[in-house]
Amino acid sequence: MHVIVGRKQLAPDVVQTEVEAPLVARKRKAGQFVMIRISEEGERIPLTIADSDPVRGTITLIVQAVGKSTKQLNQLQPGDTLVDVVGPLGKPTHIEPNANVVCIGGGIGAAVVYPILKAYKDSSSHVTSIIGARTKDLLILEQEIRARSEQTIVTTDDGSYGMHGFVTDALKKLMNNGKPIDLVIAIGPVPMMRAVCRVTQEAKIKTIVSLNPIMVDGTGMCGGCRVMVGGKMQFVCVDGPEFEGHEVDFDELTARLKSYVEFEKEAQARYENICGVHCGLES
Amino acid sequence: MKISVASIAAWSRESRAVRHGFESKILLSSVKNMAKKIGAKTKTPMMCQDPQVRAHNFNEVALGYREEEAVFEANRCIECKNMPCIAGCPVEIDIPSFVKAIAERRFEDATRILKSRNSLPAICGRVCPQEEQCELKCTLGARFEPVAIGRLERFVADWARAHMAEEIPTKRPSNGKKVAVVGSGPAGLTLAGDLVQLGYQVTIFEALHKAGGVLVYGIPEFRLPKNIVQQEIDYLIKMGVELKTSVVIGKSLTLTELMTELGFDAVFIGTGAGLPSFMKIPGINLIGVYSANEYLTRSNLMKAYRFPEYDTPVIRGRNVAVVGGGNTAMDSIRTALRLGAENAYLVYRRSRAEMPARKEEVEHAEEEGVQFHMLTNPVEILGNEKVRVRSMRVQKMELGDPDESGRRKPIPIPGSEFELNVDTVVMAVGQGANPVLTSTAPDLKTNKWGNIVADPETGATNIPGVFAGGDIVSGGATVILAMGAGRKAARAIDQYLRELNLNATPQPQEAEESTVPN
Ligand SMILES: Cc1cc2nc3c(=O)[nH]c(=O)nc-3n(C[C@H](O)[C@H](O)[C@H](O)COP(=O)(O)OP(=O)(O)OC[C@H]3O[C@@H](n4cnc5c(N)ncnc54)[C@H](O)[C@@H]3O)c2cc1C
Ligand code: SF4
Ligand code: FES
Repeated sequence: MHVIVGRKQLAPDVVQTEVEAPLVARKRKAGQFVMIRISEEGERIPLTIADSDPVRGTITLIVQAVGKSTKQLNQLQPGDTLVDVVGPLGKPTHIEPNANVVCIGGGIGAAVVYPILKAYKDSSSHVTSIIGARTKDLLILEQEIRARSEQTIVTTDDGSYGMHGFVTDALKKLMNNGKPIDLVIAIGPVPMMRAVCRVTQEAKIKTIVSLNPIMVDGTGMCGGCRVMVGGKMQFVCVDGPEFEGHEVDFDELTARLKSYVEFEKEAQARYENICGVHCGLES
Repeated sequence: MKISVASIAAWSRESRAVRHGFESKILLSSVKNMAKKIGAKTKTPMMCQDPQVRAHNFNEVALGYREEEAVFEANRCIECKNMPCIAGCPVEIDIPSFVKAIAERRFEDATRILKSRNSLPAICGRVCPQEEQCELKCTLGARFEPVAIGRLERFVADWARAHMAEEIPTKRPSNGKKVAVVGSGPAGLTLAGDLVQLGYQVTIFEALHKAGGVLVYGIPEFRLPKNIVQQEIDYLIKMGVELKTSVVIGKSLTLTELMTELGFDAVFIGTGAGLPSFMKIPGINLIGVYSANEYLTRSNLMKAYRFPEYDTPVIRGRNVAVVGGGNTAMDSIRTALRLGAENAYLVYRRSRAEMPARKEEVEHAEEEGVQFHMLTNPVEILGNEKVRVRSMRVQKMELGDPDESGRRKPIPIPGSEFELNVDTVVMAVGQGANPVLTSTAPDLKTNKWGNIVADPETGATNIPGVFAGGDIVSGGATVILAMGAGRKAARAIDQYLRELNLNATPQPQEAEESTVPN
């Protein structure tokens, strides 16, 4: 059992949860993730470790409620428990010291890129961050990211805050005015990562993306998380989650992410129904 | 009453289908011990769920012998002098003695004889390939069907579970030594049981959230009920074994940390063969193509067959093809039927004779309506506009000359391609060694396939104090061989630690004999 010790709402559907997991907290490095299970009936879902506190033995997860399990997770309060937290899984981010790095986080991707840009900052790299969201309310971790970046550009699709446009627009600007970029790290929804890769491919800038396929075990045992990278089959949970973006077959990844859409709809409807009835009874 | 061999055979056949209203008491009391005299030629059939019914539920298929049936079958043993069955058993169970005890209705004795060699008989009785082991060697087998040793083993284990109070064997007092076990499959469980009895403090680390290895994530409920596995694990815990699930050695903790910071005196690695293989054919990543590991893990460990009560989904294909010929393939295709497949195709590139699966599973699959495409191999999986499987192109094969493995090599027949209309494909084409632990322990010697190199007699690796056994050493094998490896390693670890102790302490120690059975 892993006790939840902290909870903070970051945006309408985004919750930051701090949970006890001493073994993971002790070991984890930037870029790694955990598999969690909420209850005995629950599925195993991968979540990036946004931060950790080895002294208190806790890790921080930042979760956007998109399906049944993430909705359920975001309802949990301090004192509630998760039945399993296993990790840290995946390879840590490979950090190149003294680089000029642009870190891009789209939507919830900001939570994933945050520990990575922190690690770059600690290795005396020059970090420029771009974070984007559909609208102002959905932006997360702006202050934290600003505090650890030399320069931070915020974009919103609707122009409600920061620069009006996409993260790629901000990136193009940087590429045109700034000093040469050694590395771009782009994390967010697949279409965003793919768009960034298109921009950097022409300019031949090395680009790292972090992939989020459907997983089961997270230890390389099932192959459910497979993606093609440079024509080779890779298991994201053990060979990744970070890969050279220009090599990734995004089409296949996009398709495979939809493997269980009908099931997800059913599970959600059922969950909301039960929750609705339950909450109705309580009020 | 006169009973002919023919009538016994007819009764046997009938008893397979009708369990209720079975008049065995009258019949059997009159044939007490007659099985031997009259020489029943075939095994006493074991009652099973009706194939039409069981193909749609996850309850256990084989129901096991009842007392009368077991006694009758045990009486078929002719108590031959050579007793070749014993040598056929990887853990050398004293088969004739336990069979005799059944024949004489001394079921408690039978249990003790069995358990003195095999700590997991309820499991082995269900999943061992007896036809290649003890039963292959049985003298009776030369002319008739061999004694149904596997079914008798299962009977005794189940009888004991129902009738005998659990005996917690007396342990040696703690000797203060700590042993870590990585992986909770049959190898790790057997070793843990043996060492805890000898007074070691044993901790099992398991990557998944549930202990049991393939016994829980791979082999389905309908073949091995999970409560049986759980009972064995609970028993180990009662004996004092500590179980830590959701700890991945190589990630959460490293081998080195176990040996240093955590102060384990020895480590046993029984991490199994958990790396799925995918054929290198077009369409392998379409939605609806699974590795058997994923398909079975979703269904068994995560209970996807009970979705939406359980959260994990699995695609319930209408027309499912499973590629392969081993137990994994059989388990996958029979799972597909139970998930509602209308057509379940087993596609195997060799012929039925070469199929490595247990014979009984192949027969059960056939009874349940699995359609066998032998000497057939996939060449391509085709998808629709939603990137989902719509069919699989296969080609016919013929058997050529034997290859390195001694088996005849399948060769494609030109122009023999045809399409199977399927929406789900499961690849059960073998397992590699999972590198999660070994990749973070560079000093540990592995072979070119990634299997750990270990002494076959002791499990000793190139690192002192680190032992290994089971599928991670042998490559995908069997439950009983993994258990055997665990047992040998337990003995070797005990010896290793006692020698270390002797060398470390100047005063002569009371030399104790190891009590781990051979
Ligand atoms: C579907 C299927 C059906 C089978 N049917 C039969 C059958 O009918 N009869 C038969 O005799 N054999 C059968 N086998 C083979 C048999 O199950 C295996 O040979 C046997 O289980 C091997 O035992 P093991 O202890 O070596 O490893 P496993 O049972 O594979 O257990 C290894 C355990 O180690 C854990 N682990 C791995 N890496 C780590 C790590 N780094 N840290 C912590 N834990 C880790 C795994 O999660 C797993 O639980 C079958 C296999 C499969 C896949
Ligand atoms: S080989 Fe067959 S007949 Fe001989 S003792 Fe063993 S079970 Fe009995
Ligand atoms: S999630 Fe199973 S192999 Fe990656």
